[in-house]
Amino acid sequence: MKHVPAVLPRWIDVVLLPVLNVAMALFAAGLVVWAIGQNPLTAVQLLVQGAFGSALAWSYTLYYTTNFICTGLAVAVAFHCGHFNIGAEGQGTVGGLGVGLVLLAGDAWLPAPLLVPLAILGGLLAGAGWAFVPAWLQARRGSHIVITTIMFNFLASTLMVWLLVNVVKVPGNQAVESRLFAPGAVLPSAQAVFGAFGLDWPDTPLNLAFVLALLACVLVWAMLWHTRLGYALRAVGLASGAARYAGIDPRRLTVIAMCISGALAALVGANEIAGVHHKLLLDFVAGAGFTGIAVALMGRNHPLGIVLSALLFGALAQGGSELVFEMPAFTRDMSVAVQGFVVLFCGALALLLRPPVAWVYGRLAKVPA
Amino acid sequence: MTDDWLIVASVLGATLRIAVPLVLCALAGVFSERAGVIDIGLEGKMLAAAFAAACLGAIGWPAWPAMAGAIAVSALLALVHAWACITHRGDQIVSSVALNVIAAGLTVVLGLVWFHQGGRTPNIGDASRFMALFPDAAGAVQGWPVIGPLLAEGVLRHNVLVWVTVALVPASWWLLYRTRFGLRLRAVGENPAMVDAAGISVGALRYGAVLLAGVLCGAAGGYLTLAQNASFTPGMTAGRGFMALAAMVFGKWHPLRAAVACLLFGFLDAVAIRLQGVVLPGLGSVPVELIQALPYVLTVVLLAGFFGRAEAPKALGRAYVKER
Repeated sequence: MKHVPAVLPRWIDVVLLPVLNVAMALFAAGLVVWAIGQNPLTAVQLLVQGAFGSALAWSYTLYYTTNFICTGLAVAVAFHCGHFNIGAEGQGTVGGLGVGLVLLAGDAWLPAPLLVPLAILGGLLAGAGWAFVPAWLQARRGSHIVITTIMFNFLASTLMVWLLVNVVKVPGNQAVESRLFAPGAVLPSAQAVFGAFGLDWPDTPLNLAFVLALLACVLVWAMLWHTRLGYALRAVGLASGAARYAGIDPRRLTVIAMCISGALAALVGANEIAGVHHKLLLDFVAGAGFTGIAVALMGRNHPLGIVLSALLFGALAQGGSELVFEMPAFTRDMSVAVQGFVVLFCGALALLLRPPVAWVYGRLAKVPA
Repeated sequence: MTDDWLIVASVLGATLRIAVPLVLCALAGVFSERAGVIDIGLEGKMLAAAFAAACLGAIGWPAWPAMAGAIAVSALLALVHAWACITHRGDQIVSSVALNVIAAGLTVVLGLVWFHQGGRTPNIGDASRFMALFPDAAGAVQGWPVIGPLLAEGVLRHNVLVWVTVALVPASWWLLYRTRFGLRLRAVGENPAMVDAAGISVGALRYGAVLLAGVLCGAAGGYLTLAQNASFTPGMTAGRGFMALAAMVFGKWHPLRAAVACLLFGFLDAVAIRLQGVVLPGLGSVPVELIQALPYVLTVVLLAGFFGRAEAPKALGRAYVKER
């Protein structure tokens, strides 16, 4: 095994390998497209056109991106603390429930500029609270957080069904949803925001939550790499024993990291409930919690990477739904499959290409082994 | 009075029918996790197998070959999981999540391309399905007092897969606790270094366990489309794989206890379906959602160690690295 270095330069580990992994995932997806009798290159071209071809397309793409940024950040913060949060789906659901309940309770008597921030705060607290229980059980009772967060996803959706059917549903209405919030008591849409500056923008679901998501990225970045809390959190994730020796309580950090994670996932609720639907309804998270896992893995758990990979999945979601008209076989489900390949190649098989790349690098650079 | 017995009998019969895919998946989970490989991909493997069985059934394959196809597809996914986690030491949770997502996406994509019915498959003909074993006998005994309905709904109306599953439960126990393979499998989940030191391949044992899990999930998927329903609908597993996972944890990674947990969860589901919209005197309408949530609540409470203690295999989730 001459010429095979054990330590590779940073650019290979941080840039080359992740890019190769994404390439493998997209190649696998291309094979599927080809196998169902479509031209993968045409599909990509149509996808890009559908996702970025116009202001309308951009607007929809960024709307999907908003959700994926939030859940990607949620998964990443838990990852940095050494935990795998599969519960973003449930935390987003309960977060949206919090947002919706505050809006329903206050839209008759509180002014919107006060109510909407209050509702988002309520959502964040609800999401954090939903994550708190599995986190506390992991920290204090040793119950595996992966299993408990999966259970809490199901509990969240059951809770939502029960509340909507029995408590907040409009009597006499067939649809399982609440009444609409008062017109002003919502997050302003992109059309309204741009309109206020006299700019023209198409009517799409994109709303101010997108700005909140970007803000969350900056805050998470600052928190993780520029505060004591973030340092402690990453220390626990890298070496829990060493962190304890340094006076950091891993149990406390587990709970804090998961609560932050839950609050970030709850932003999906703010986007969907306060920004798009303007009422409480079922299944509004629509799998974004699971997409967040792919987004975080692909973005290497870094906020910048997460924005980029969320944009890719946003483009897939939007471009995919446009593609249906050109290629009937190509639906949103294709983008679900692509997410799966990304999780497989960027997550589970992340080290697949490292040995061959190390071998090639050793050959080229003539590094002593 | 006969009516009451009929209700009891039909709830019990439904319990068994609902529990079958849960039991198969829970046994799959027990084999995989006792060997030290986390498997939250039960759901995905079952979904892919259900789709494969429905496709083969829809193009006219008889029941058993269609079932074999379903098992093959699920085993293939299990091999991917094993290859990623055992050969390449990838994260087991991430790998199983990937399988779940890939299965959820690809089944619909392929279903759309092949059948053009919004991801559904056409109905499967009776020749390709597992039908009730003794429908005539069931009709005959139906009228007998008390035991008639019980015998008809609880025994005679079931298909062969139900009874195969019932037999698989003690068989799994025997395999795990009374054979050399089972002893080694459990050892590799607790202390792989020891197994390695004894000169037995850790990798091969784990591959075997994961593959076995794939076969069982495949059978569960085949049951869903070839016996319980007559076609595939997108996302039709509807969290059963995760409920089986809960049952496995609830049964403390033991095949018999896991099967009992599956029966309990199946019973809760059957009762919930039965009580939908029923108003009980004095209690008002039954909160069906509460009953449906009970399996998940019970599992969380058990995991928290408030009654009993669920101890996972010691080496669960850790890839084995030979010491150098």
